[in-house]
Parts: sequence; structure tokens; C-alpha cells
Amino acid sequence: MDVLTLSRIQFGGTIAFHYIYPPLSIGLGLLLVIMEGLWLKTGNPLYHQMARFWTRVFALTFAIGVATGIVMEFEFGTNWATYSRFVGDVFGSALAAEGIFAFFLESGFLAVLLFGWDKVGRKMHFFSTCMVCLGAHFSAVWIVVANSWMQTPAGYHIVGEGMHARAEVTDFWQLVFNPSMMERLGHTVCGAWCAGAFFVVSVSAYYLLRGKHLDFARKSLKFSLVVALGASLLQAVTGHISAQGVGKNQPAKLAAFEGLYNTTSNAPMVVLGMVDEKNERVTGISAPGLLSFMTHNDFHTPVTGLNEFKPEDRPPVTASFLFFHGMVGAGLLMIAVAALGVLYFHHGSLHERRWLLWILVFSVLLPQLANQLGWFAAEVGRQPWIVYGVMRTPEGLSALVKANTVLSSLVLFTLIYFLLFAVFIYLLNDKIQHGPHADDLVPAGKLALPVLTPATNEPK
Amino acid sequence: MQLDLNLIWFVLVGVLFTGYAMLDGFDLGVGALHLFTNKDEERRTMLNAIGPVWDGNEVWLVTGGGALFAAFPSVYATVFSGFYLALMLLLAALIFRGVAIEFRSKQPMRWWRQMWDVSFSVGSILSALLIGVALGNIAWGVPVDEHGELAGSLLGLLTPYPLLVGVTTLAVFMMHGAIYGVMKTEGELHDKLRVWAMRCIIFFVICAVTLMMATLLYVPHLAARVRANPWLFSVALANMLSIANIPREFHRGGDRMAFLSSCGTIITLMALFALNLFPNILYNPQHPENSLTVYNAASSPKTLGIMLVIACIGVPAVIAYTVSIYWIFRGKVKLDRVSY
Repeated sequence: MDVLTLSRIQFGGTIAFHYIYPPLSIGLGLLLVIMEGLWLKTGNPLYHQMARFWTRVFALTFAIGVATGIVMEFEFGTNWATYSRFVGDVFGSALAAEGIFAFFLESGFLAVLLFGWDKVGRKMHFFSTCMVCLGAHFSAVWIVVANSWMQTPAGYHIVGEGMHARAEVTDFWQLVFNPSMMERLGHTVCGAWCAGAFFVVSVSAYYLLRGKHLDFARKSLKFSLVVALGASLLQAVTGHISAQGVGKNQPAKLAAFEGLYNTTSNAPMVVLGMVDEKNERVTGISAPGLLSFMTHNDFHTPVTGLNEFKPEDRPPVTASFLFFHGMVGAGLLMIAVAALGVLYFHHGSLHERRWLLWILVFSVLLPQLANQLGWFAAEVGRQPWIVYGVMRTPEGLSALVKANTVLSSLVLFTLIYFLLFAVFIYLLNDKIQHGPHADDLVPAGKLALPVLTPATNEPK
Repeated sequence: MQLDLNLIWFVLVGVLFTGYAMLDGFDLGVGALHLFTNKDEERRTMLNAIGPVWDGNEVWLVTGGGALFAAFPSVYATVFSGFYLALMLLLAALIFRGVAIEFRSKQPMRWWRQMWDVSFSVGSILSALLIGVALGNIAWGVPVDEHGELAGSLLGLLTPYPLLVGVTTLAVFMMHGAIYGVMKTEGELHDKLRVWAMRCIIFFVICAVTLMMATLLYVPHLAARVRANPWLFSVALANMLSIANIPREFHRGGDRMAFLSSCGTIITLMALFALNLFPNILYNPQHPENSLTVYNAASSPKTLGIMLVIACIGVPAVIAYTVSIYWIFRGKVKLDRVSY
């Protein structure tokens, strides 16, 4: 395999693995704020126990997120040096801002969140939890700014020619609020909330099925289901806005998502089907006019097809189509599952419906699947460009790095990541099987209320 | 030398990497010493001494990398692609170091803890060595071609001078980690660490003197630089004085001052490195015209200006909460139920 293929596999693979964790940190971060907020408000120790349990899970996901996160920052330089030289002036500032505004905030207050339970007061601890959550969201902001600039570059001009050409900032705010940034940020963050909420839903449903920690599980389910439903509905809305933006800013990408070759008015949206690249058509069930309506709010406005673009300017159609439809399918399933859960929970009969509880247990995979496929769809749909319409992906490679070198690092990271994932699943399962600690029902140290018994801090 | 945005950013990137060396340096040092302790409780104490802060310390590297990318994109691209495998190994080492801290305490089995102890320690030692080797190569000079590209191989980086810098880096981090440990522990472990700290100081001084002689003898462009700017010796002198102050503070029982002296040692070392390079960042001794400098490798003045605004907003905040986190977790380590 050549350097290009290997480098793309390596970047795609390392980011896909990394992207299991940050959405969980962002989503769980939000839920931790809710749990601890409820504890402060109601004083119900069950919420304290909940916050403590999920903090431990949070720590695990966060550690792997941090460990795997630096890899990408290095890979821009190692594998995509020409790209880095070309965009550094624009793209680098977003990454540096992420470090300064997001990572320091997140990692600093994480220390208090994890280790400060018995060292600081309740309000300070709650404040730290909020800051960790805020930091996680900030990092989403800056990374989406950087990535959206690659999708819809703005606020720059090109200086120099040939080998020495590079993009330079002309307007920082245009760069930050580039045309696709806000809608993609909304969609990414909602996806992260879904990841966190369904995670809590899944574990709580498991406890109900096993008949363990019932009070804990019911209380957790109560609000995590609501967050899951809210976030997945919002996800559909932001997804729709995002797709409209893609139609406007990256028409070739939208056409590939839907396998639309000829520009048509009344363009259909594929409900269930498969794209046939050879015959340039889609076989399956389509809803006529729906794509036109979804893209332009009108059933008759034409939607641009792939044939308007030269073959070398088109993204890989089958892959884009499958990733996009897979994401939409997973997203719709999430809404259905969350709605059913909320419905039966309020009906009071959720714990009798074991089939639904089992579905809820496995529902944790849906947002993960949707996040991964959505990210793939966004990035594969951007091809053949590394910076949309400005620089092609092969042009961004490091000039002097050899295929064997990339191959060896690819093998190294594949091995490490399989090991990390195995250990993560093992430890996660272990934490879930152990469940919440009974002694967390009594807050200790400075967190304890004066009326409670004095805290005992025994080393484990 | 005039004060312009390029110089400011050279200093700021330097501050970020120095911050990394000073802060994560003691984490890596604690890691390098980890296998020398043999009781589980001692190992837990050491891990919990860095537990709340190691992750924030690593952010200095991430932000330093981001700032280098933004301010000097050509340097970032050339160094990272030229040092490809060395950096990949560094990433692997940092990953194992980081996850080991989190994973170790999660199971009580002996083999489990042993496995992550080794991963933590080897990861830390390898990270320190590789960081030093990278710095050593930059000091020695790198064959940047006329397109600003660097063709590198892993073995090509492992020449004697960079390896000496690598070992010196490991030594300074071990010394720093041992002193941090002295400050954070009490009892038997505290006394033990104090003995190690003294040994590490001797190890470091031997390395530093050897390195200084090697630099003056074998790296002509650095030697010429020192000859032309004799005041650079004052930075080296400040470095030696801060080292000498460490045993003095130990004797007086000022563990915190000893640690600050050790920080001073690292700051002066990094300053010496940066002052010897400037205005070059990547120097090509054979073809000096190909060298990447703070001027020909920088982003546009507009970007440097925007970034400076970002830094002016962000850095004070960063310093404020870094200080408050260290304040909250001040004092000796006590193992409790939230500890690793």
C-alpha cells in the first residue's frame, strides 16, 4: 500500500478510536453536572452516590481520551506535513486555542472532580464539575472550528505559489464562524450528549434487569431517559440543519450521501436502498420530492447531482451513502428507543418489560455507531479534498515519509489500541458489576453535612 | 535583536515547553524511579503524589505543540515528519505512562499491578529519553534541505550527542521527580527518596558536565555562539547554583525550596538551549541558508497578533487555576478512598 492509503487509514483509525471517548466525556460531564446539581438542591444522598459512581466511570473514559488525543495533534505534522505548512497559519491557531481554553480548564478541574471529594466544600466541588463539563464542551467548539474550516474554509487568502503557497488569516471571526461551524457544532455536541445519556440508561437498565441497586437505577433512568430523548430529538433537528448546510456549501457531498447523480427537481430521499455506482442510480425505496424539501424547504427546487462535478472531484459515493444512511438509521432508532423508554417509565411499567430493558441495555451502542458513522460520512464526503475546494488530500502528505515508516507506526497503534480497548471493556465491566458503593450514600470529609456522623477515611 | 511578534512567539512557545519540562518532568521522574520502590503502599503513594496533576501537566505539551503549529508551522511540519518514528514511539510511551496511572489501582491482583507498574515506569523512562534525543538532535543541527524538508530515520537520530542529551534529560527528570517525591511524602519513603534525590543529583551533574564539554568540543556552532556571547556562561552558572542549592535546602529541611531550585535548574537549562538556538529553530550546520528561523518559518504577523491576544486572555487564566489546583492538593500525600 502507498503512503497515502496508509496515512489515511492511520489518521482515520486513530481518530475513530479516540472518538469513542470524548463524546462520552462531554455527555457524562453534562449528566454529572445534573446529578451533582440535584444532590446539592435536594440533599438526597442517592444523587451523591450516583455522582460518585459515574465520576469513576468518567475518569476511566477521560484517561483513555487524553492518552489517545495527543496522537492526532502529532499526526498532522508527522503524516500531513505539507498540509500543516499550508494551513498552519489558520488551522494551528484553533488547535492552540483548544489547548489554552479547553484542555487546561478540563484537566485542572478534573483533579478536583476526581480527588477533591473530601478536600473541598460542596460548592467548590460542584463548581469544578461544571468547569470540567464546560472545558469538555470548549474542546468540542475548537476542534469543530478547525474541522469545519477544512469543510468550508473562510476568512483566509492564499499567499505565494506552488510549493510556497499557504493560507493566511484575513478575518479571524470569519475563520471561527465559517459557514458550517455552528450547525456542525450543534450536531456534534448533541451526539455527545446522546452518547453520555444512553450510557447511563444502559447501565441503569442492566441493574433493573439484574434486580440490583434498584433505587439507584430507577433514579438514574428517570432523568437519563429524558436527556436521551431530548438530545436525540435535538440531534435530528441539528442533523437536518447540518444537511441543509451541506447542500448549500458542499453539494457534491450531499449528492453522494443520497446517491443522486442527475440534478433533479422533486429529488427523492432514499429510505431503504443501495447505491449502484456503475449504473449511477439507487435501487430501493425512496420518498419522492423529500430530498428537495429537506434541502430547500420546497418539493420542487432541484437538488444538484454528482454529474455536475468532474469525476475527480466526486467523493467515494458508496461509502458516503452507506455511512450517511447508517448514521440516520441509528439516529432514528435512538429516538424510538428513548421515546419508548420514557413512555413506559412514566406509565410505571418499564421494569416489567424485560424486552425493552434489554433493548435499553444495548442502546448504548446506537449513539456510538451514529457518532462514528456521522464522522466518517463528514470526512469521506469531503474527499477528494483535504481542505474543501482548496487542497486535495494527496497533496497534503509529508513529502519524505516512506510507506514502511507509516506501516510500522500503523501496526504499533493498532496493537496498542486493541490492548487499550480490551482493558477498557474489562475495567468498565468490572466497575458496572461492582455497582455504586454503599458508603457513598454518606458523603464524607468537607462534603458531609454537620448533622451527619463524622467521616471515616479508610485506605482501601 | 528587536522585540517583534516572532521573538515574542519564540519566547511563548519556549515558555510552554519549559512549563511542560518543569511540570511533567517530575511526573516522568517519579515514573522512572517507580520500580525502585518495592512495597505496594509506597508505589501508591508515589502515584497519588502526581495523581491529581499529571494530566494537567501533559496539557503543556499539547498546547506547546499547538502553539508551535500555529506560530511556526514550517518548523512543526519539518520536525514532526522528520522525527516520525521517534515521535510515534514517544506517543506510545506517553500513552502507556498515562493509562497505567489510571488502570493500576483498578484491580488488586499482583500480576495486574506489576504489569502496569512496568508500563508506567518504562513509558516514563522512554518518554524522557526520546524528548531528550529530539532536543539533542535540534541542538546538534539537522540536515534541512532547500525545501525546508527533513528526511529522517529513527537510527539516524540515535547518534552519540543526542543520546547524551537524552540521558541528561532522564537524569534531570529523575532528580526533579525524586525531589518532588521528598516534598510530597513522609516517613520511611521520604527518607529513602532523599537518598535517591542526592544520587540523582550526582548522576545529573556528571551528565551535565559531560554534555557541556561535549558541546564545546564537538558542536562548533554552539561553541562559537558561546564564545561570541560569553554572558551565556552566567545562565550556565545560574543552573549550577540552583543545583547546588538543593542539598543546602535539604540540610535546612526546606523541601519546598529544594523543589523550586530544581525547577530553576530546568528553567535555566531550557533557557540555555533556546538562547543558543535563536534566531534559528532548526539549524543546518552544512547549509546554514536552509535553516528554519523564527522569521522564515513563522506564520503571518496577523496570525501571530491574533494568537497573542488569545495567549493574553488564556495564559493568566491557566496560571490562576494551575496555581489553585496545586494549592488544593498541597501537603503530604494521604491515601484515601478516592486515591489510585
